[in-house]
Amino acid sequence: MKTADKSVLRGKHTLSGFEACAEGALSAGCRFLGYYPIRPAFDIIKRFTVRSLEGDAVFVQMEDEISALAVVLGASWTGKKSMTVTSGPGLSQMMEHIGLGVMLETPCVIVDIQRDGTSLGLPCSPGGGDVMQARWGSHGDYEMIALSPNSPEEMFELTVKAFNLSEKFRTPVMILSDAAVGKEKGEINIPDPEDIEIQDRKYYKGKKDKYLPFKYDEKDLIPPMVDVGQGTRFHVTGLTHDERGYPVMTDTCQEWNVHRLVQKIRLFTDQIIEVEESGTEDADIVVVSYGAASIDALRAVKQARDEGIKAGHLRLVTVWPFPEKRVYELAQNIDAFVVAEINYGQIALEVERCGRGEAENFFVHHSSFDLGKSSDILKSIKKARGKKK
Amino acid sequence: MKSSLKKEKHPMEKLLRMDRIPHIWCPGCGIGNAVSAFAEAVQKLNYDLDELCVVSGIGCTGRAAGYIKTDSFHTTHGRGIAYATGVKLGNPELKVVVISGDGDLSAIGGNHLIHAARRNIDITVICVNNFIYAMTGGQVAPTTPNPAYTTTSPFGNFEAPVNIPRVVEAAGAVYVARWTALHMRRMKESIIEALNKPGFSFVEVIAPCAMYYSRINRLGDGLNMMKFYYDNSVIKHGEPTENLDIGYQEEIIIGKFIDRERPTFSESLKSWKEEHGKGGEGDEE
Repeated sequence: MKTADKSVLRGKHTLSGFEACAEGALSAGCRFLGYYPIRPAFDIIKRFTVRSLEGDAVFVQMEDEISALAVVLGASWTGKKSMTVTSGPGLSQMMEHIGLGVMLETPCVIVDIQRDGTSLGLPCSPGGGDVMQARWGSHGDYEMIALSPNSPEEMFELTVKAFNLSEKFRTPVMILSDAAVGKEKGEINIPDPEDIEIQDRKYYKGKKDKYLPFKYDEKDLIPPMVDVGQGTRFHVTGLTHDERGYPVMTDTCQEWNVHRLVQKIRLFTDQIIEVEESGTEDADIVVVSYGAASIDALRAVKQARDEGIKAGHLRLVTVWPFPEKRVYELAQNIDAFVVAEINYGQIALEVERCGRGEAENFFVHHSSFDLGKSSDILKSIKKARGKKK
Repeated sequence: MKSSLKKEKHPMEKLLRMDRIPHIWCPGCGIGNAVSAFAEAVQKLNYDLDELCVVSGIGCTGRAAGYIKTDSFHTTHGRGIAYATGVKLGNPELKVVVISGDGDLSAIGGNHLIHAARRNIDITVICVNNFIYAMTGGQVAPTTPNPAYTTTSPFGNFEAPVNIPRVVEAAGAVYVARWTALHMRRMKESIIEALNKPGFSFVEVIAPCAMYYSRINRLGDGLNMMKFYYDNSVIKHGEPTENLDIGYQEEIIIGKFIDRERPTFSESLKSWKEEHGKGGEGDEE
């Protein structure tokens, strides 16, 4: 990290979540933004483009979101940490290149400022309906890493973390946020660049003519990478490929290729998954939430405790991979889960699945208009009380 | 019996991935000619091949990237130009070339073609036009002449075909040329000019599809189509691109049509930064 780079802030700043995301990206070493303008994600773009005047970052406004992610993947292969920023309708268009990003094992960050859908929905209203699309949107088999901040401070921290995870696991990483967190202002203490933990991709160090783009390390299943122009003369394809990057149209190669793409995340979920818990040690009821809804969920849990209900809170900092083990552990010791999210029940299904019938499940649709209030969640906690299976 | 034949090296061995030969293209196909002309152009320019990057989309021509021994990407259908834009802007020192087909570049990728030309991204696009979607089974394409037959236009195509040189000129390309797969030497010279031109340069190569287009239209094989190009191509340098429509088995106008100067995207971004950049401290509180 060049500490002299003017595009990296340090010290205390009052920033919105959107601004914090742009600053987090710059602090993580992101020097390329490809985007297509959309509400409400545009404020991140605005911050990044203006701040790029003070440094060596490059940006380009593409003709659509399909090309916005394509350009990010291309730039990433030149060694530039790269990002795109969008909202629901744009994320829908990006699915094609999420698949290519996974298949070519290209580090990049996709920030999705979720808005109320379906289709164009309510453009400026915070939403949470993209979580399943984030996981399964592109075709075929793959794993997705997605993080969900709930404050401007976390927008900064998790943007840095998203870059680190994407570089480490050589895969696109998503940030699932919304306009409520994006617009919120908060004081952020940005450490000196040398104090921010930065993970860079693993580079190939062998002979140039011996480079195989998908020859992986047995320890972490990650193949070392090169930049375009380093003289290794590699070829890579979105088709099923062997370790040379050449297309091989056989079941055996499909298995060799895609199995590892899935396993390089699945086998290391313990290193990726981050959750926050409060009051879960003795809880009868655990509220599960993430993103903006988690602030209200935590408040509802405190109110429930004040009323003598043993409630706890499990916040998903990492939405994907899903904390399956932890949810099952909790399910065995509690009466019920209450899942509060800004959609009609997406993560609720995951909680139900992972609880394996050990606990009752209650879903509360915490609408974007309910943000800032906790009454609906408290009501659900009370409803769930005493509902032991 | 020991063969008395002398094993000779392919003249383009340095530029081709010989471990992938034989290629997948059909006998009589014109894509190989475009790739050969490109390889010859690169050889003549004496480029440092380590600094050259080839990007393709999908389809028959989309496989070109896989046979050229530079850093190369076989990407998604129609998005080769968008991907190449990222490579170029990520490292402006690189020479970036897109080789793809007419369906890829003018249909699904039409938007990217227009806007890369408008932005004047410093890349060269070689578009192999065989009038058809070949790899997927010979469907009608935006370039299929009216009223040519295809698997999805069994009674003849009724749509007006796109005139790609006109589109890219209107969008702002700085170099536009068209040759047939028969015009190897001129095609090579055009690719050299295009590669030397800062900004968005475009070379269209009219190529026979011996498997679908010529067979279903009873035009003979690839060689017969080349004979047709020989008899019916007319070189008209500087011809207004509005006259470059291609009819069914009609005269094809070829040549160099556009050669002009415009600031590239990177130059414009650099000027913008120099004009507006503060160059001072960040916005510390």
